Amino acid sequence: MLIAVLSCFILACFAPWLHRLGGRHSGWLLALLPATLFAYFASMLPTISQGQSLQFAYAWFPGMGIQLSFLVDGLSLLFALLITGIGFFILAYGGRYLEKHKDLGRFFVFLLGFMGSMLGVVLSDNLISLFVFWELTTVTSFMLIGFNHEQEDARKKAHQGLMITVMGGLALMTGFIMLGMAAGSYELSTILNSDGLTEHALYLPMLLLILLGAFTKSAQAPFHFWLPNAMAAPTPVSAYLHSATMVKAGVYLLARLNPGLGGTDTWLLMLTLFGALTMLTGIFLASRATGVKKVLAYSTVMALGTLTMLLGLGTETAALAAVTFLLAHALYKGALFMVAGILDHSAGVKDFTQAGGLRHSMPKTTVVAVLASLSLAGIIPLFGFVGKELLLEAVLSASKWHIGLTIATVIANILVVLVAAIVALQPWFGAVVETPKKPHDPDIALLIGPAVLATLGLVFGLMPFIADKGLLAAAAGAVYGQPVELYLALWHGINLPLMLSLSSLLLGLLLFKVWSGWRQLTNFMHSAEKIGPEVVYERLMLGMTQFAAWQTNTLQNGYLRNYLITTLGTVIIVVGWALLRVNQLELNISFQDMRVHEVAIAVLLIFSALIAVLVRSFLAAVAMLGALGFGVALLYVFFSAIDVGITQVLVETITVLLLVLVLYRLPEFRSLSSTANRIRDAIIAGMTGLLMTILILAITGARQLEGISDYFLQNSGPLGHGRNIVNVILVDFRALDTLGEIFVLALVAIGVYAMIHLRTGALPVTNSDRRAAFNLRRTQKDKAKADAKAEADASAVASKGEE
Amino acid sequence: MTTLMAILIGTFYAAAIYMMLRRSVVKLVIGLILLSNAANLLIFTVAGMDRGIPPLIPKGELLIEGPAADPLAQAVILTSIVIGFGVLAFAVVLIHRACEVVQTDDMNEMKGTD
Repeated sequence: MLIAVLSCFILACFAPWLHRLGGRHSGWLLALLPATLFAYFASMLPTISQGQSLQFAYAWFPGMGIQLSFLVDGLSLLFALLITGIGFFILAYGGRYLEKHKDLGRFFVFLLGFMGSMLGVVLSDNLISLFVFWELTTVTSFMLIGFNHEQEDARKKAHQGLMITVMGGLALMTGFIMLGMAAGSYELSTILNSDGLTEHALYLPMLLLILLGAFTKSAQAPFHFWLPNAMAAPTPVSAYLHSATMVKAGVYLLARLNPGLGGTDTWLLMLTLFGALTMLTGIFLASRATGVKKVLAYSTVMALGTLTMLLGLGTETAALAAVTFLLAHALYKGALFMVAGILDHSAGVKDFTQAGGLRHSMPKTTVVAVLASLSLAGIIPLFGFVGKELLLEAVLSASKWHIGLTIATVIANILVVLVAAIVALQPWFGAVVETPKKPHDPDIALLIGPAVLATLGLVFGLMPFIADKGLLAAAAGAVYGQPVELYLALWHGINLPLMLSLSSLLLGLLLFKVWSGWRQLTNFMHSAEKIGPEVVYERLMLGMTQFAAWQTNTLQNGYLRNYLITTLGTVIIVVGWALLRVNQLELNISFQDMRVHEVAIAVLLIFSALIAVLVRSFLAAVAMLGALGFGVALLYVFFSAIDVGITQVLVETITVLLLVLVLYRLPEFRSLSSTANRIRDAIIAGMTGLLMTILILAITGARQLEGISDYFLQNSGPLGHGRNIVNVILVDFRALDTLGEIFVLALVAIGVYAMIHLRTGALPVTNSDRRAAFNLRRTQKDKAKADAKAEADASAVASKGEE
Repeated sequence: MTTLMAILIGTFYAAAIYMMLRRSVVKLVIGLILLSNAANLLIFTVAGMDRGIPPLIPKGELLIEGPAADPLAQAVILTSIVIGFGVLAFAVVLIHRACEVVQTDDMNEMKGTD
C-alpha cells in the first residue's frame, strides 16, 4: 500500500527523463503506472464488496502518535479506482494534448505528484497524514493551474486558488487537531467508531473549521469562484483535478466524517444550506456562460453542491445517491472536459457560440460528446439517470425542508438539462460555423479517454449491477456508517421522481430554444458580479498588501532613530509599568558610605558626559570622552577591579587615538535637527536614563538566587592554579569564550584593514582633496571672471581709443 | 555609593541615547562609546561595589580568606570592554568609509544611497 502511494512520487521524480526517453508516446509510457495501480486496487474489490475494510500501518513519528496508516473501505476504494482509472486516460491524453509544449516533462512531474497526493488523501487513516497529502494536492494544483506561468493571468488565478485552499487548509488543520483531542486518537478508524463526538464541547468549533476546509477545497459558495478561474490550467488538468478528483476531496472528507460528526442539526443545516446554495449558484452561472470550459466548470460547482447537500441529508438513500451521483459525475464530466480539450485542440474552439455543425468533420467526437451529455442531463438509459432518480428520491424523503430542497433540485435539474443541451447540440449540430482551425477527429490518445468514460456511463446505466457489484453499496455504507440495503436499478417504475425529471427535461429543452434570450434576461448578473465574493476576495487581498506596505513603511522606515524611538518607547512603557506595578518602586536610596574622591570622580564623569553631548566641536567631544573613559577606569580600580581598570585605560587610549586619527577627517558637527526634534529626543533619552537609574536602585540587593561566583573563588587556586581569579576565569574556566572573542577581534582587524586599504580610486578621497578640488574650481572661476573683466576693460579702452 | 552610581549610569544612558538619536553619523559613534561605558558600569554596580578586596589569592595560598569582590562580573566586563572596542573600531572605519563614498555624514541623506 505504501509502495502504491509512493510509487507516484517516485515516478514523478523520473518523469522528465522518461519523457525524453518515450518521446511522442511518453504519456502512454507513464500511464502504465496508474494502470497497474488500478489493477492493484481492483484486486481488492471482492474483499471490500463484502463490506470489509483493509488497514495498513507504518510507523512514522511513533513518539507523537502519528503513523502512516491507510484504510481501504468502499468509499476510499471508489475514489482510488476513479483516481487511477481516470488518471490513466489523463496521462495518455495530456501527453498528446501538450505534445508541442516545451515543459511537458514538468507537467508529468506535477500530474504524477498530484496523483500520489490524491491517493494519499483518500487512503489515509491518520488525520495528520491525510492533512499532509491534502496540502500536497493544493500545492500540485497550484503548480498545474499556473503551468503556463509566462501568462500573468494564469499566475494570478493559480495564486487565487492557492490562497483560498490554503486558508481552508489552515482551518482544517486546526479542526483536525481538535478532532484528535476530542476523540483521543488521530486514527480515522478509531474516531469514526467513537461515541459522543457530537456532544463534545469542541464539536461546534471543530465542525465549523473542518467544514471551512472542505468547502474551500470543494468550491462551495461563497468560495466557488476559484474553481472556474482554475480553468486557466491546461485542459487535462481541468478534467482531472478540477472536475473528477481534487475538488471532490472536500466532498470525500465530508463523506468520510459523516458517521462520526454527521447527524446533528448543525451538520444538516450547514451542509444542505451551503450545498443547495452552491448547486443553484453553480448551475445558474453555467447556464449563462458561453466559454466551453466555463460552462463545464460551473456545472462542476453545481455537482459539488449537490453532493454536499446529499451528505448533509445523511439518510440511507442520500448516501447511496451521493456515491452514485459522484461516480456518474466523474465519468461524464471527465469525458466532457476531455471533449472540450479536443474542441480546442482540433478546431480551435474555446466558446460555444463560435462553433456549429462540427458533426460532419468530427463525427466520433460528436458521438462521445452527445453520450456524455445525455448522462449529464440524466436521460434514460444512461448512468446519470440512475444518479438523478436517486437524488430526487433522497431530497423527497429528506427529514427536513424536503419541499424547499426538492424545488431547488428541480430548478437545478432544469438548468442542467439546458447546459447538457448546450454541450450536446450547440457545437455539433446546426449550421456549419467557420472555426479557427480546420476541424478533424483527433487521434486515439485524445479520443480514447472520453470515449471509454462515456461508454462506461452507458454500460453502467444499462446494467447498474456492474457498477454496483457491492462497491457502491460498500461506499454508501462507509458514508452512512452502517451497511446499506439498497441496490441500484435503472427502472423504478412510474413515480414522482420520474415525473419531476420528465418535466425538468421538457422545460430545460424549451429553455435551450431561447438560450440567447435567457442570457439576455439574466444580464443583471453583470452588475451583481461587482459585489460578488470574488470582488470581496480581491479587496481583501488588496487590503492585505496595502496594510503590509503601510506597516512596512511605518515600522521599517530606514531611519535608525525611529527604530530606536520605537524600541526604547516600548521598553520604557513595559519595564516602567512592571516596576510601578510589580515592584511598587521600593528603591534602596542611600547617600551614606561615600568617599570624597569617589564623589568627585562621579561628578566629573557626569559633567564630562553632558559636555560631550553639548559641545559643538568634535575634538572637544573626543577630549571629554577620553576624560570620561579614564574616570571610569579609576572607578574600577577604586572598587577592587584592578584588571578591568588596566584594560579600560589601554582601550581608552587606543579609542581616543583612533577617533582623532580617523574621525577628524570627517565633517565638523553640524546642526541638523529642528528644536522640536531635539526636545523629543531629549525627553526619550532622559526617560531612558531615569528608567535605568530606577532599575538599578530597584534591583540592587534583590538577588534571589545564589550566584556562581563562589565556585570560581573556591576553585581558581586548587583547579586553575592561578592566583588572579579574573584571569583564571578568562583563560581557563571560560577559555572557549575568550577564544571566540579573539576570533571576533581578528575579524574586526581584517575588516578594518580591508576598508582602509581596498579603495576604489575614482572617488574623491578626503576632505582636503575635496577642498582642493573646490578651491581649484573657485580659482578657475575667479580667473575666468577676471579675464572677462580684463577683456571688457581692454575692449572699452580700445573703443575709447578708436573714438 | 550605589545611589550615586545609579544616577551616574542613568546620565550616561541618557547622553548615549540622545547622541544616537542625532542625524550626524559621527555623533552616533560618540553615543556608542557612551552606551558601552554605561552598560559596563551597570554590570559592575549591580554585582556589588566593594572597596579594597580584589579577587586575588595571596602568595602561597589556595584560597582567599574573607570576602572578595565578584570575579565573574569583572571577567564579563573585561570581555565586554574588549568586544566593545572591536565593534567601535569597525564602526568608526565603516562610517569613515561610508562618508567618503556617499559624501555626507547626515543619515537622512545616507538613506537610500544603496
